[in-house]
Amino acid sequence: MMYSEDDPIMISALQHYVFCPRQCALIHIEQVWAESRLTAEGRIMHEKVHEEGNESRGSVRIARGLPLRSLRLGLVGVADVVEFHGTGKGAWQPLPVEYKRGKPKFDLSDAVQLCAQALCLEEMLSIVVPEGALFYGKTRRRTDVAFDEALRRETEETASRTRDLISGGVTPPPVYTKRCKNCSLVAGCMPKAIAKQRPVTRYLAAVTKEI
Amino acid sequence: MKKHLNTLFVTTQRAYLSKASETVVVKVEGEVRLQLPIHTIGGIVCFGSVSCSPYLMGFCAEKGVALSFLTEQGRFLARVHGPVSGNVLLRREQYRWADDPVRSANMARYFIVGKIANCRTVLQRVLRDHSGKVEENGLRRTVILLGRCLERCNHESDLEVLRGIEGESAHAYFAVFDNLIVAQKDAFSFKERNRRPPLDNVNCLLSFLYTLLTHDARSALETIGLDPAVGFLHRDRPGRPSLALDLVEEFRPFLADRLALSLINLRKVQGRGFKVMESGAVKMEDDTRKAVITAYQERKQEEIIHPFLEEKTTVGLLMHMQALLMARHVRGDMDGYPPFVWK
Repeated sequence: MMYSEDDPIMISALQHYVFCPRQCALIHIEQVWAESRLTAEGRIMHEKVHEEGNESRGSVRIARGLPLRSLRLGLVGVADVVEFHGTGKGAWQPLPVEYKRGKPKFDLSDAVQLCAQALCLEEMLSIVVPEGALFYGKTRRRTDVAFDEALRRETEETASRTRDLISGGVTPPPVYTKRCKNCSLVAGCMPKAIAKQRPVTRYLAAVTKEI
Repeated sequence: MKKHLNTLFVTTQRAYLSKASETVVVKVEGEVRLQLPIHTIGGIVCFGSVSCSPYLMGFCAEKGVALSFLTEQGRFLARVHGPVSGNVLLRREQYRWADDPVRSANMARYFIVGKIANCRTVLQRVLRDHSGKVEENGLRRTVILLGRCLERCNHESDLEVLRGIEGESAHAYFAVFDNLIVAQKDAFSFKERNRRPPLDNVNCLLSFLYTLLTHDARSALETIGLDPAVGFLHRDRPGRPSLALDLVEEFRPFLADRLALSLINLRKVQGRGFKVMESGAVKMEDDTRKAVITAYQERKQEEIIHPFLEEKTTVGLLMHMQALLMARHVRGDMDGYPPFVWK
């Protein structure tokens, strides 16, 4: 099964989906994007990375802002940084590096996003990409990520679930958790108000009754 | 969240606004007079000959910063906004609902309930805070009548009947509106609502405030991705922002009527600030218009607890929140639209 170029989903949507399917729906179905301080900082960091252009350091060539796609998974996106390591026989081994402004997360969202980039590179360059790296702005740490069978399967399943969600056009109801506090879309999502049972009916009953 | 941020008013003639990374730069005769980070600004209002770089316009559009151009006297000229929202599913559903008489009547009922409840609160507040200064019996009777109108709305699903109830309650409310004016009675007396054109000072003031509300409602709906031209209570009419007028209903008494009353009662506007034209139509003088705009802007900065969301916000953000709630209802997240009701 191959997807056409006309109807791809963004690689970033996978990360949104892993964090919260409703957030993914709000961004990719409802086109809501609240520019919060966090996303602004993230954007500036990405812009900086993309503006730096390409460079070579010894046997490593660094490509920035690389457009990616996978017809097999129906994904498009842009890689912040892909390092091409010389293997000495005139061949180059790509290694995607994704920059995050925060600190390492407990869920797989960053790893899934990175793995999706690797799957795109594999399809576009007909080469195996065994690993990548995540760089976190807060800890200034670089973490290596191995694209093992489990992560690849997780990424492909996430891509297919994300596609079903977005093409279905239905925004799932909110579930309020402590993660909501760090979500830039919390105001537009209104998880607390919406999660109540028949909130508007009760509110209006109080309004229209005799005072 | 959209935070209530300050509005930047640029009144210096021949000032030039531009963008420098994440900031807005105001230059006068080539000299930087002011530089502000964009995320601290909620809107930019330019009066008269003030120009602005296209990059700043694009930046404001992207950031949801309202950028408007007014004449030096404060008459609206134009507003810069970015591309139409991409929430096509929301707009399609809005159109489907507008074509469906049951859905339309339901939505109309929310707007009308909000309006009548707020009219009633305006009168109740006057009875509570100014008893002795006003003729109370008429007000009390009207409060009771409005309460009955609210109850009749409860289970009504016929749009025409709902419009009838709305008309009846508006008539009763405006019949006692003159009682709420306690100062400058010679210049500001009110008999009935007239609009096209307004034929007295009070109607002229109300009409102008309703226009300001409609501008804000339109902006809020566009920001959220609803089409301001397709309404439920107000039917489509070319050039009429029907949904903006629907959203304005619940805000008329709370925001515009009360502001008009306090401007008159606190003598912030005077009879000499209005002019009768040859046809009998009344228009506002420039400095009166400026005073009204200033008062409206100040009012929007006041803090308030949102009655449904139970969160602290500002009066200026209420429309935005209501547009958001409307969108969430249309998209199936909520069991109804909770109008803003002030207690």
